[in-house]
Amino acid sequence: MTKTEYAFNSKIEGEVIVTQADAVINWIRAHSIWPMPMGLACCAIELMAAGGSRFDISRFGSEVMRFSPRQSDCMIVAGTVTYKMAEVVRRIYDQMAEPKWVIAMGACASTGGMYRSYAVLQGVDRVVPVDVYISGCPPRPEALLDGLLRLREKIRGERSVSGLVKGREERELAYTEANR
Amino acid sequence: MTTEAIDNLSQKLEYLSNRPSLDYPAFNCPQDRILDCLQYCKKELGFDLLCDVTAIDHFETSPRFEVVYHLYSTRNPAYVRIVTPCVGDENPEAASVTGIWAAADWHERETYDMFGIQFTGHPDLRRILMWDGYPYYPLRKEFPLAGHEVDLPAADVVERTGVKVLPAPMMGGPFHAGQTGPMSKREPRADDESWTETKLQKELEKPHKPRELSEPKE
Ligand code: SF4
Repeated sequence: MTKTEYAFNSKIEGEVIVTQADAVINWIRAHSIWPMPMGLACCAIELMAAGGSRFDISRFGSEVMRFSPRQSDCMIVAGTVTYKMAEVVRRIYDQMAEPKWVIAMGACASTGGMYRSYAVLQGVDRVVPVDVYISGCPPRPEALLDGLLRLREKIRGERSVSGLVKGREERELAYTEANR
Repeated sequence: MTTEAIDNLSQKLEYLSNRPSLDYPAFNCPQDRILDCLQYCKKELGFDLLCDVTAIDHFETSPRFEVVYHLYSTRNPAYVRIVTPCVGDENPEAASVTGIWAAADWHERETYDMFGIQFTGHPDLRRILMWDGYPYYPLRKEFPLAGHEVDLPAADVVERTGVKVLPAPMMGGPFHAGQTGPMSKREPRADDESWTETKLQKELEKPHKPRELSEPKE
């Protein structure tokens, strides 16, 4: 639980670093968030732009878009989630290995957006726990990158070690309870 | 094929009648002759492309549903529209034209999905947009835009998340301007709070706690 600088000067400190497990784990996690691109509608185009050279998501260690949930850390839900797709989103989320995070990109993923209709899930947080919501229709790539940085900050503040101990079921339960 | 050939279609096929139309020539065709008619259009008049199959719901009149075919000729560019009433008002039926244009397959599935029209002779008439087992036909006139409450098909997901298909809010919502004061002019929405009330109640009961994002404590 620190926000100390992790700069390391081997001349001064020798070959041993003393720190906290949380700090190290979070530092590692926060700097290589591999996204699972859940591109469902127009927002996915901006997600692709964020991956391109102009905005270059790789500056933040997230260029490794994994199309397999087993290799990714953060699901970026970019687009309109229909009720038919909601089940799929949840299943893919379930298949992601811990630790995992979710970014709801854009108005649709956050709240259903302009689709007040019988077919659209009114916010993806009804099926998966969302860490960062990004407003916009669509959000600009910079907004996505900002969301990613916010997520990074959030990860830095997590209690990763106790999370390892506490386990997934308990957190899952907490989400389900809060959702009901 | 000439434009006259299309215009004279109703003389050639005496069961057709002209239908008022603002753009392309349009004809009404009785349901029992629709396959003959479309076959003729394809074979003799060269309408080789089926652009669209859709339907119209004339709520509370009979026949209630009409199926609409939009045809196009790629060789001799021209459009024509053929409309045919369905048999039956609650469980409408129409003949499938998949035998004439294979493209009709998904169009008819969509029309079935949205209006509940049974296309007899269709090889695989399943829903295409909504999931199998969805109990309503959303483009029918009696179906509200907000939808009805039903269960999602995936029981395990429902059990874990408690998610349900709920009527969509027609007003309110996090990105929505309030309905009072100067902002209310900006977004005219249906004045229906039926959905928001329950949700609001739930929100009010929860103790308010701002989300913390940064600056974790030492
Ligand atoms: S928020 Fe806007 S841009 Fe994004 S998926 Fe919805 S409609 Fe498309």
